[in-house]
Amino acid sequence: MRMLGRIGWLCLLPALTAAPAAADQESVVSMLSQNRISITANFDGSEVFVFGAVKREAPAPDDSEMEVIITLTGPLEPVLVRRKKKIFGVWVNADTVEVDAAPSFYAVAANKPLNQIVSNVEDIFKDISVNQLIRSVGAPQHIKDSPEFTKALIRIRESKGLYSTEPIPIAVSDDTLFGAHFAMPANLVEGEYLARIFLVRNKTVVSEHSNKIDVRKVGLERWIYSEAHNHAFTYGLLCVLIAGLTGWAASAIFRRVG
Amino acid sequence: MQVYLPIAEVSVNAFLLLGLGGIVGLLSGMFGVGGGFLMTPLLFLIGIPAAVAVATEANQIMAASISGALAHYRRKTVDLQMGTYLLAGGIVGAAAGVQLFAVMKEIGQIDLMVRLCYVVFLGVVGSLMFAESVRAILRTKRKTVYRRKLHQHSWIHGLPMKVKFRTSGLYISAIPALAIGTCVGVLAAIMGVGGGFIMVPAMIYILGMPTKVVVGTSLFQIVFVTGFTTVMHATTNQTVDLALAFLLFVGGVIGAQVGTRIGGRMPAEQLRILLAILVLAVCTKLALDLVLQPSELFSLERV
Repeated sequence: MRMLGRIGWLCLLPALTAAPAAADQESVVSMLSQNRISITANFDGSEVFVFGAVKREAPAPDDSEMEVIITLTGPLEPVLVRRKKKIFGVWVNADTVEVDAAPSFYAVAANKPLNQIVSNVEDIFKDISVNQLIRSVGAPQHIKDSPEFTKALIRIRESKGLYSTEPIPIAVSDDTLFGAHFAMPANLVEGEYLARIFLVRNKTVVSEHSNKIDVRKVGLERWIYSEAHNHAFTYGLLCVLIAGLTGWAASAIFRRVG
Repeated sequence: MQVYLPIAEVSVNAFLLLGLGGIVGLLSGMFGVGGGFLMTPLLFLIGIPAAVAVATEANQIMAASISGALAHYRRKTVDLQMGTYLLAGGIVGAAAGVQLFAVMKEIGQIDLMVRLCYVVFLGVVGSLMFAESVRAILRTKRKTVYRRKLHQHSWIHGLPMKVKFRTSGLYISAIPALAIGTCVGVLAAIMGVGGGFIMVPAMIYILGMPTKVVVGTSLFQIVFVTGFTTVMHATTNQTVDLALAFLLFVGGVIGAQVGTRIGGRMPAEQLRILLAILVLAVCTKLALDLVLQPSELFSLERV
């Protein structure tokens, strides 16, 4: 995978150097080491190398520093966040806040803390940080501290390796080429993942580019999942049949063994 | 070796699952319990969602119990007639239990309900069994053997619908058997247990069945009730993970065979005190988890 990334990087070089110098704009292009992640029976996480280059029609402006931010996000989906309270000596789920949309996965790569690279306004506008991606419209009236629930969501997903809000480093060479490795855990949710690259100057995004990664269960995993959801009754009978056969077979074998 | 479980959507070590299945199978063969009361909390611990753990456990217990049940059937230690009454009750109980499970899952209290059920049932049954076993052992040590009366009269004998159970040598009402079966069916559906830990003592102390046929008859009922529960959970909650279940089966069936052999050779009282201690240990662990402040007060649930 890493090899593939290097090759891709090199292939980009001639195209870049041959670009005519005319316009004054900078733009960013990017690629991924893979556009598809297959969740197989022995899936144990995956690594994605996001790499790209800055296309310039003129020499790079020297009045400001160029920064690159890469985010990798999983599909947005609603989540229920519950908080336990002690009731009659027992810890019980008492308060629930429904977060309308939260990414199932989030990782960010940058060479500085995000707030030193982009302005708050730009972050809100472009949904760069995880806080902006999580949308919570409103908590029930009696819950006064709803931000705590969002914090808990981030904290729990960080502990499971699904979120990493601490930026991982990006390798940048000659203010032109860049790349970062993202480690994705085994407990991924299926769906369309998005790698977004932001080129930032003066705390403002000057160019952005995105690539999709399709995360899918395949083979036996796919089959079990779709049978369980589409033909629930026959799937249930199949589970019973397999349980019965395994039990009977073991019994028969052990009887012979003695 | 890590395996990705398609329904649970987590990746776990295959050998860990095989090992857990083996231990549960061993208990199944030795004590005539499904072992689910240990397995379900263990599955929670390794990160399987509660709903998937409970439903898949029902399926795993079926496989683990079937080899044990067959072994007992061959030794003619199954009261099929009594088993049928227990089973009829079990089907009704499981159907109701799956519905209750779906409702509790909806309001976010499934974990609490499952754990509270465990603490109450394991606590009561474990204490009763422990006390009884200690008394029995003390009796044999003092060498004053009380011969059990062949025909003990209790309130059970006052109930209508009397049936003759040949294998067990009983002539009692079918109502307590149906009621016990129903309770066990509910437990199978909401706790992911076979229910042997409650059925075995109930058969001995309430129905007065001879110890010899208790384990086999209990396994017979468990096989069919857990099979029914599996189909119910698969259709209602879509939470049966065949990949997880299969790994547990393989470990489980081997363990069950070994357990049946060991169980036949060990004295019944020692066997029962061992089970009682085990039941109380699991109960204590679960009770502490409910009472002590958890390190993370928040939890997430994907909608």
